[in-house]
Amino acid sequence: MTLHQVSFTVNGKKVSVEVEPRQTLADVLRGQLGLTGTHLGCEHGVCGACTIIVNGEPARGCLMLGVQAEGAEILTVEGASPDEGLSLIQEALREFHGLQCGFCTPGMVMALHHLFSVNTSPTEEEIKEAISGQLCRCTGYQGIVNAAKAVAQRLQAQQ
Amino acid sequence: MKPAPFEYFAPRTLDEALDLLESEGSEARVIAGGQSLVPMLALRLARPEVLIDLNRIPELSRIRQEGSTIHIGAMTRQAHALASSLVFEQLPLLHYGLQNVGHPPTRARGTLGGSLSHADPAAETPAVMLAYKADMVLKSKQGERIIPADEFTLGTFDTAIEPGEILAEIRVQAKPNEGAALVELSRRKGDFAMASAAARVSLAADGTCAEAHLIVGAVAPVPLRFDAVTDALKGQKFSEAVVREALELMDLELFEFDNEDISLEYRRKIGPVMAERALLQAFKRAEGMQK
Repeated sequence: MTLHQVSFTVNGKKVSVEVEPRQTLADVLRGQLGLTGTHLGCEHGVCGACTIIVNGEPARGCLMLGVQAEGAEILTVEGASPDEGLSLIQEALREFHGLQCGFCTPGMVMALHHLFSVNTSPTEEEIKEAISGQLCRCTGYQGIVNAAKAVAQRLQAQQ
Repeated sequence: MKPAPFEYFAPRTLDEALDLLESEGSEARVIAGGQSLVPMLALRLARPEVLIDLNRIPELSRIRQEGSTIHIGAMTRQAHALASSLVFEQLPLLHYGLQNVGHPPTRARGTLGGSLSHADPAAETPAVMLAYKADMVLKSKQGERIIPADEFTLGTFDTAIEPGEILAEIRVQAKPNEGAALVELSRRKGDFAMASAAARVSLAADGTCAEAHLIVGAVAPVPLRFDAVTDALKGQKFSEAVVREALELMDLELFEFDNEDISLEYRRKIGPVMAERALLQAFKRAEGMQK
């Protein structure tokens, strides 16, 4: 089986890694690159915990192969957080009980990150649509929706 | 939950992909958006020795209009087609159908051609293309075959695509002046449908039904067309009562799926309800266009 040298950008840094074709992008991020913020739950595209941003669009990290990332620009939860402290989204999730065990949180943060990158004043329905592909077994989702509504309000106040 | 090993190729043109498909033989599979195939690889339901990736072939991901025909490249992302104003204006049923396909992250990667080729009975795109009587353009080293939608989806996960062929394009006649709706019942939005209905309605100047199409999905291995129902609606002014009466003509014997969690009996109850909602919503939208 042939190994492939793959080069792409993660969180603004250029990287080049050798991958087996069968490795998912999430496995490459976690294993080769040590970016373990991206969580793997179901590993077959159902739970959404591994959601990352690829070329500006949300994607399941477990449904892309690492070898498909050639030339891509990837943002993971590590890149969506400031070096110190929490991002606006993370802060609101904490404040509004948008997480309990935290396993789904990286995917939630990335799904919301994409939502707010294209729409700074989403309706409740748009928030629910944006996180519709993310499973959370702790919160019952209302805390997450409330957090996202708070983020929207804070973004409006900043403008 | 890790795929078995395989070799990987990322051709840059369709010709190159077809060469690879021929030279690698029956152990090779093409991968489009990967939103169904990668789970099958992870679960080892599929164990191809070679994957031929179509994601680097720009010629396969264009949507363009030529006269009254819309040409949709098979690698067009579902999210791209959903956001396309050309699709919204010329093929409204496709727009409404795509709203029900998966979730934002799966639509961003998932493609129209991939969904059609996978042929999940609960998928929306085969029902939409059947409602439009679309043509599927299959390419191979031997040339091109054009297969109408009703001969393309053959059964659960089964299509008319032969070894050596790739679905390259979907051709659909533009339908800008009609109302359309796709309604489905699922436990959560974006989940697989328990029953879905796709409807197209165009009205005559006097507000009566000039033409209608009704497809019910997720109740049998292939989406089902109910021309008896829509024939009965022709020339009529829509109302709940009129639509319900026409739906009496729906042949529920064609429904097949009977699972532990969703029984055949239940599907036979909700199928007509989805159909009624889709027809009435499509009619309302058609009326809205006349104003």
